[in-house]
Amino acid sequence: MTEARDQLLSILVRDEPRVLTRITALFGRRGYNIKSLSVGSTEHPGVSRMTIVVNGDRGVVEQAIRQLEKLHDVVKIIDHSLEKYVDRELVLVKVAITPESRVEVRQIAEDFRSRIVDVGRHALTFEVTGDEGKLTAFIEQMRPFGILETMRTGRIALTRGSNADIPTHVYHQGATQALQPTLQVEPREERARAVPNIF
Amino acid sequence: MTGAKALWATLASHGISTVFGYPGGAIMPVYDALTFYPEVRHVLARHEQGAAHAAEGWAKATGEIGVCMATSGPGATNLVTGLADAMLDSVPLLAITGNVASHLMGTDAFQEADITGITLPITKHNYVVRDVEELPRIVAEAIRIARSGRPGPVLVDIPKDIQLAAFQGEIPAPHARPEAPDPSPESIERARELLRGARKPVIMVGGGSLDASAEITALAHAWGMPVITTLMGLGVFPASDSLWLGMPGMHGSVAANRAISEADVLLGIGLRFDDRVTGRVNSFAPNASIIHVDLDAAEIGKIIRTHVPVRGDARVAARLLAEGAQPTARPDWAAQLSEWQGRTQMPTDWGAGYAVKAVVDRLRPDDILSSDVGQHQMLAAQLARFEKPRRWINSGGLGTMGFGLPAAIGAGMAEPGVRSVVIAGDGGFQMTAQELATLKMYDVRNVKICIINNSFLGMVRQWQELFHEKRYSEVWLGDSNPDFIKLADAYDVPGYRARTAEELPAAIDAWLADPKSALLELVVPHEHGVFPMVPAGAALYEMIETEPVKTAAPTPQRQATEETSEA
Ligand SMILES: Cc1ncc(C[n+]2csc(CCOP(=O)(O)OP(=O)(O)O)c2C)c(N)n1
Repeated sequence: MTEARDQLLSILVRDEPRVLTRITALFGRRGYNIKSLSVGSTEHPGVSRMTIVVNGDRGVVEQAIRQLEKLHDVVKIIDHSLEKYVDRELVLVKVAITPESRVEVRQIAEDFRSRIVDVGRHALTFEVTGDEGKLTAFIEQMRPFGILETMRTGRIALTRGSNADIPTHVYHQGATQALQPTLQVEPREERARAVPNIF
Repeated sequence: MTGAKALWATLASHGISTVFGYPGGAIMPVYDALTFYPEVRHVLARHEQGAAHAAEGWAKATGEIGVCMATSGPGATNLVTGLADAMLDSVPLLAITGNVASHLMGTDAFQEADITGITLPITKHNYVVRDVEELPRIVAEAIRIARSGRPGPVLVDIPKDIQLAAFQGEIPAPHARPEAPDPSPESIERARELLRGARKPVIMVGGGSLDASAEITALAHAWGMPVITTLMGLGVFPASDSLWLGMPGMHGSVAANRAISEADVLLGIGLRFDDRVTGRVNSFAPNASIIHVDLDAAEIGKIIRTHVPVRGDARVAARLLAEGAQPTARPDWAAQLSEWQGRTQMPTDWGAGYAVKAVVDRLRPDDILSSDVGQHQMLAAQLARFEKPRRWINSGGLGTMGFGLPAAIGAGMAEPGVRSVVIAGDGGFQMTAQELATLKMYDVRNVKICIINNSFLGMVRQWQELFHEKRYSEVWLGDSNPDFIKLADAYDVPGYRARTAEELPAAIDAWLADPKSALLELVVPHEHGVFPMVPAGAALYEMIETEPVKTAAPTPQRQATEETSEA
C-alpha cells in the first residue's frame, strides 16, 4: 500500500440537476474523503468540470475512478497524478493589523504578489492565487499577525500542453448523443489501456 | 398522443409484454392510457415491493429486463427495497414512478417524495422527466442502461403534468444492445500462463457468468479444473458433473471452502468476492494467485488483490482461456478434492434440511426454484442440484425477506409452461403473503409454494444459539403464526401439509399434482441449524463442518430468557 497523499482528479460531467450529489454521494458512500471540490462550466455547453482532491493511497483513487466511470453523467475523468498539470487555488485572507504591523503585513503581501481586496481600520483582506504550497506559506507568514478569517476556493487543475496530450490517461463513460458533436471522446475500449498495470 | 401514451408506446416498441405495478393519484394518466395498449399486460401486485420483486423474478429467469411501476410518494418508496435488491444482484430492472406535477415538485405536496434523491445510491441511474418530448428517449435510454454492461435498476420519475402533456415526436426504436468489451489478449495470455503452471487450480463463478455456462463448462473440461459456483452462480456449471465442488462461503460446501483455502491458482469469473463468500478477507485463498474476469472494472481489486485482472465479457474470456488449454493430470489434487467432496452430509433426520431436500429432489431440470431468505434458502442452495443457469432465483446481495413469493410469481408468469417452485420460511413468507392474491387474480397455475415452518426466525435463532448463548430474543413465531392452509384457502389457493417424514412424500405428490398453484406447509422441528458454517469474521478454513451436538433445548422465548437471567 502506498502512502496516503493528495490526489487530483478532474471530472467532466453533464451539467444536470443532481449530478454533483451523485458524484459526492459516491465518494461519501465508499468512505473516500473529499478534501476540496470546485465546479464550474467548461468550453463545452452542457458540460461542467469538477476538480476533486482526495486524500488517499493510489488504491483508493483507482477504485474511486472506476466507480466514477460507471456513472452515466460522467463524460471524462482525468487523473492528474499520471500527467503534468497546472493547478491553482484562490484564497481570501483577512489579517488583523495594528498601526505598528501595517507596513510589515503589506510588505509580505507584496512579496507574495497578493492583492488587497478590502481595507478596514483593523484588518486587511488579501487575495492570493497559486498552488497549494504558496497559499499555505502565505497563511503561515500572516498567522503571527492574527488571521481573522480565511476562505479557499479549492484547487482547480488543467493538464499541461494541448488537448491532444490528454487521452493517455483519460477515463470516460460514453457520452450522451448531445455531447458527442462537441466533445471528442475515445471509444470505450480505450479505457482498458488506461490503467496499464491493471488491464 | 399524451406523454402517458408515449410511455406505453415506447415500452411496447421495446418488446415489453408485462409490467408489474400498483396505481395511484400521481400515475393515473399512465394507468388511463394503459387501456389503449392491450399488447402490454399489467399485473396488479398487492404491494409495490411485490411488484418490484416480481419484475426481478421475471428478469432473473429470462435474462430480459423486468418492469415495475408505482405512484408517487408511498408507492415509490415501497419500490425501494426491490431496487436495492436489484442493484446488489445486478438485475436489469426499469422502475417507472409517477410524481406530483412539475410545479408542485419540491413543495412537499401531497404524496410527494424525492424518489430520485432516495434511490440515488441504489440505482444504476435515475431520471426525472422534465419535458414530454424527452420522455420516450429517456425511457429508451433507461432500458439501455439497465441492460448494458453490468445490469442493474434504472428509475424514471414522471411528473403528472408530463404524463398529460401532448407529445409530438416519434417513438424511438430500441437501442442495439451494446457489445461488451473483449478482454485484452495480454491479460488472457498472462492468465493462461498461470493456469499452465497451476498444481491446485480452481475456477469460481458467480452471477456475472450466468450466460456463459456452456463456455465455462468447456473451459473446466479443457483444463480439467474443478468448479465452484457461488450462491448467485448456482447452475452455471452442472451439479451432476464430477468437477463441481459446490458453493463457497459462509454456508458453502467443505469441498469448495477447502479447495479455495488450498488452491494455488483461483480463476474467478463474474463474481465480486462478497464477504459472505470470502470469509475473513486476508485469509481468503491465502496460497493462490488470483485471476479475476469481470465486466465491471470497479470490481477488480475492490476486495481481493488480483494478480491477473481480465476485464471483459465472461463468455468471451472463458472461450479464449479454453483455447489455450493444456490438460494436465493432477492426481494428488483430484484425490484431495474427492476426499473433501465425500464429506458432504445429507440430512437423515426429520428437520428443515430433510424437508428441503425432499422438495428439491423432486425438481425437474427446467423447474425454476426461488427462495426467500433464511435457513431454508441456504439449505436449498446446498441441497438443490441445478443443471442449468437461471433456474435458481434468490436474493443474494441484499438478503431480502419477502423476496421469494413475488419473485416466483414473476418467474412463473415469464415462463408459464415451467413449474415455478418457491421455498420460504414462516417468517419471510408473511412479509409478502398478500401476493397470494396475485395468483388468484391472474389464475396463475404454475407457482408451487413451500413453507418450511420451524416456528422461528430460524437463521437469526441459529446465530443466537451459536453466538449469543441461546438468548432467543424476539425470534419465536410459533404462537402467532397463522394457519397457513387457511390463509391460502382464503385466496383460493389449495393447501397441503406434512408434519412428519412419513407424511411428507404423499403431501409433496398431492401438492405438485394439483393443477393449480398450491401451497405446502412443512412443519419441522424448531431448532435445526445450517451447516457447514463459517462464523462471521472467520476464515473459510475455520468452518464448522457439522452441527454441534445439541444440549438442552429451551424453546419458546420466555424460557430462554429465564435461563439466562439465572446465569
Ligand atoms: C427484510 C428483512 N428483515 C430482516 C432480515 C434478517 N433476517 C435474515 S434471515 C431471518 C430469519 C428468517 O426466518 P424465516 O423466514 O422463518 O426463515 P428460516 O430462517 O426459519 O428458514 C431474518 C429475520 C432480512 N434478511 N430481511
